[in-house]
Amino acid sequence: MIAIVDYGVGNLASVRKAFASLGARAELERDGERVVRADALVLPGVGNFGHCSRELNRFGLAEPVREAHRRGVPILGICVGLQLLFDGSEEDPSSTGLGLLRGWVQRMTGAPRLPQIGWNALRLTGMHPWLRDVRDGDYFYFVHSFAPTPAEQSYVVGGVEYGGLWCAAAGGDNLLGVQFHPEKSGANGLRLLRAFARATVGARA
Amino acid sequence: MTLAKRVIPCLDVREGKVVKSVQFVDTKDVGDAIDMARRYDAGGADELVFLDINASHERRRTMVEFASRVAEQLFIPFTVGGGIASADLAGEILREGADKVAVNSGAVRDPRLIAEIADRYGSQATVLSLDARRSGAGWEVVLDGGRVPTGKDAIAWVKQGVALGAGEVLVNSIDRDGTKQGFDLALTAAVADAVNVPVIASGGASSAADFATLFAKTGAEAGLAASIFHYGELTIADVKRALLDAGVPVRPPERALA
Repeated sequence: MIAIVDYGVGNLASVRKAFASLGARAELERDGERVVRADALVLPGVGNFGHCSRELNRFGLAEPVREAHRRGVPILGICVGLQLLFDGSEEDPSSTGLGLLRGWVQRMTGAPRLPQIGWNALRLTGMHPWLRDVRDGDYFYFVHSFAPTPAEQSYVVGGVEYGGLWCAAAGGDNLLGVQFHPEKSGANGLRLLRAFARATVGARA
Repeated sequence: MTLAKRVIPCLDVREGKVVKSVQFVDTKDVGDAIDMARRYDAGGADELVFLDINASHERRRTMVEFASRVAEQLFIPFTVGGGIASADLAGEILREGADKVAVNSGAVRDPRLIAEIADRYGSQATVLSLDARRSGAGWEVVLDGGRVPTGKDAIAWVKQGVALGAGEVLVNSIDRDGTKQGFDLALTAAVADAVNVPVIASGGASSAADFATLFAKTGAEAGLAASIFHYGELTIADVKRALLDAGVPVRPPERALA
């Protein structure tokens, strides 16, 4: 089963409903033990980085997510869930990220209007198995004012142009974070979630 | 490539049915809301706005249930508005899967509502819906579809709303609503110039060219319409073709999921 890490933040119902529409079972989870033992994890997040980071820690779920990653549990981060994979964010320098990817999240200075709200094209710059059904230039739905600056380009698998080219997808083995909302990106987003479900919990999706 | 301009059908919903008002007074039923929403999704709508115009005491429960049903079947962003007067109700609607809530008269009556919703759920989920009518050299905020004047200056109100935390502004021109005379370019441009958050123009669109003109002449990020789409006078695809021809970036049709 896919566990959606429930720390009270994010569009949890939409993620669950999107997986349900694909025939994949995904449930909200706030128990640390079960997070560590899940078949796959989705780490959501919206709004302020510091708020998300504090709530993830207050619910006692930051360390279980790190432990799950060490054990090789596949993790998909969405929106601020992508940003949380990094070390921290200038949105709230007093808070910390999970540190699964080295780098810092920065405000998108030079962007025409912030937040960026709406559909923009994903520029595929690297390979990731969960993006196998996504094509370069496919449109996804973004809502954000900040974007990660990975310490190593090898993490970066996708970018988005908005007053500059920003990191929009980053990850590695068993790990992918996307800045856009696949659960709100129509067929393109559902293709990503389906590939994730098929790769992690099997052919049921 | 860059951020696409959005084309948004608006569905006025009463008890699960879509109704369309002409200058907010004379309403007619036009179909089941969720069926219509699915058709718009398939037709390339970038987002949907649902305005609940149900006046019954059951409205709170029906709005939340409606948002839940929409989120089970639609995987594009949607906004719910209409009579939202508390951050608690906004939260219930957002938890069911709505992306944004639009506040209008509730925020005019108590502007703290905007800050409460934005603080709890983020500016990205907080849309300030403005009903405005020309008044002298500027525009006045009005309520209840124009029946109730407020004496407030529309531009000052929008600035205040954004300062309180609104992350997007939906500008409804009461002068143009239902008239098919095109978007209110002067009002929309004035709002878009006054704030740095995205602006959605509403009211008066009757052709694909109206959308192209909107994006050429104002800083709006999105154009919204209701009756012309509901009655099939214009399709989302018609609008997007015209926008592409005019060099406006739009989201192309999607490959089916298969």
